[in-house]
Amino acid sequence: MPLEAVAQLDDAPEREFLYTLNFGPQHPATHTTLRLVLTLNGETIVKAVPDIGYLHSGFEKLGEDLDFNQYVTVVDRMNYISPFANEVSWHTAVEKLLDIELTPRCQYLRTILAELARISDHLLCIGAAALDLGGLTAFLYAFNEREKIYNVFEAASGQRFHPGYSRVGGLMNDITDDVVELVRHFVRTFPKAHSDVVRLLNRNRIFVDRTKDVGILSKAEAINRSVTGPIARASGVVRDLRKDQPYLAYPELQDTFKVSCATGGDCLARYLVRMEEMIQSANIIAAAVENIPAGPVNVDLEDKLTIPDKQATYRSIEGLIQHFELFMWNRRWKTPINEVYAATETANGELGYYIVADGSGKAWRARTRPPSFIHFALFPHMAEGHQISDVPAILGSLNIIAAELDR
Amino acid sequence: MPAYLDVLNAKFPNAFTTSAFRDNQRVQLDAETAPRVLFPLLRTLKEQCGFDMLFEVGGIDYLHYPDAVDRYCVVYGVLNTTTGERLFVKAFANDPDPVLPSAVPLWEGANWMEREVFDMYGIAFTDHPDLRRILMPEEYTSFPLRKDYPLRGHGERHNFQHLTRAES
Repeated sequence: MPLEAVAQLDDAPEREFLYTLNFGPQHPATHTTLRLVLTLNGETIVKAVPDIGYLHSGFEKLGEDLDFNQYVTVVDRMNYISPFANEVSWHTAVEKLLDIELTPRCQYLRTILAELARISDHLLCIGAAALDLGGLTAFLYAFNEREKIYNVFEAASGQRFHPGYSRVGGLMNDITDDVVELVRHFVRTFPKAHSDVVRLLNRNRIFVDRTKDVGILSKAEAINRSVTGPIARASGVVRDLRKDQPYLAYPELQDTFKVSCATGGDCLARYLVRMEEMIQSANIIAAAVENIPAGPVNVDLEDKLTIPDKQATYRSIEGLIQHFELFMWNRRWKTPINEVYAATETANGELGYYIVADGSGKAWRARTRPPSFIHFALFPHMAEGHQISDVPAILGSLNIIAAELDR
Repeated sequence: MPAYLDVLNAKFPNAFTTSAFRDNQRVQLDAETAPRVLFPLLRTLKEQCGFDMLFEVGGIDYLHYPDAVDRYCVVYGVLNTTTGERLFVKAFANDPDPVLPSAVPLWEGANWMEREVFDMYGIAFTDHPDLRRILMPEEYTSFPLRKDYPLRGHGERHNFQHLTRAES
């Protein structure tokens, strides 16, 4: 945005006392490439104008060119802190469009891995929020745990950061016993690391002073501004898609978790909600990992929806035919000429995909409902009137992921 | 029949059509009625039918889509936070001058999402407080998610002045 445009935006009468400060796009406290144009009176923020688009890479245009399985690799790179949750959300929408009922084993595996992704996302958010406020130690404890989650994804899919593990109607491959053992190990050791972070931060005078009553969002404002996820729950909006419209294995796991809410609506409340959600997620994983149903991970080969495994491709004519049917650019899936929206609860809030299908195996339109984009719009509302040192606290509590913000 | 349809039928007779797919319920407004009816319809949904949250605004370009009549569409997704009921309002618009009323006076959350639709599809929103490009640069002249905008190519690079190291 040109600076003249910023000057026009600003119609405060005492203009001569104000000055403009560019916060970002390359600033350590913004974590990713986003820019804030702050109009300051001394150190008080009079006006904040976010300027985004530095990471815009046309993901939604690509979604109209890649097929439902190929697009998984792009979806991974939206919220790259919890990539598997994005994959689950994308394929939930695709499977709703194609009317696919997943196998129980796949539902449980996706649930476990999506919850691990949620913990991973919350750990980064909390660690980085503390880091920006000067608490380096909590960041290291949090990243130590994230490493274990990456190990789980590596064991399951072969890739640590962007697993690309989900497929239409199932998963790339079934998991091995190693993965179950790694998840068990994580669930066993996580509560200790969690309580370490709690002891470092919850009663930390500096941390509490800098987050309490900063960036307050009321319940009415949260609803009016389309806020979802932990930010809405910290403002007292009791909504969680895992409870309100359960998907995957959540209907069977309802007793294992509670929706964590707070009423403060400030940065501290958002931190506390995320901390509690991690415990609830660990409970879900602990219950789910002991009850993974046996059976196939993909839907039946007869349905002609999933990629057959190598054994079927090379050893049977039906498998070979179906493999080519799904990979030839003019074949792929037969979709209804209709459109569908499906959403899941990811770490940042409701991540939804609106797919318009035209009968071919590609989406006509693959609209993402990105929680980061909607939450970053809150920033001027939260920051105005606060000090410039509160900017990292607010940004940290919003957990903006620029790749998802700009797509 | 859902309760909101009675209210809408009484207030806007013959102004809209409905459709449904899987669990999605939709209300469509064609390009002729949308500029006039969209805003009062959204207001009725918010104030009388309990849809208090706008969770989604997205654009669609239906150029050469099977059986499409109007070209552009803006999808407003509204949600009742008490019951969890969802409804999509699809408002269509056409070239050469796609304009729709803005939902920002009703929901502040529409602000950025409508800016993104404007940025990507060139659909203008009347009464929007701050209708600027949001993801693309200010100098950009095209609308990249339109179906007649190519997927591959040099893009708009030729529009920008080429600077060598000596000149910069």
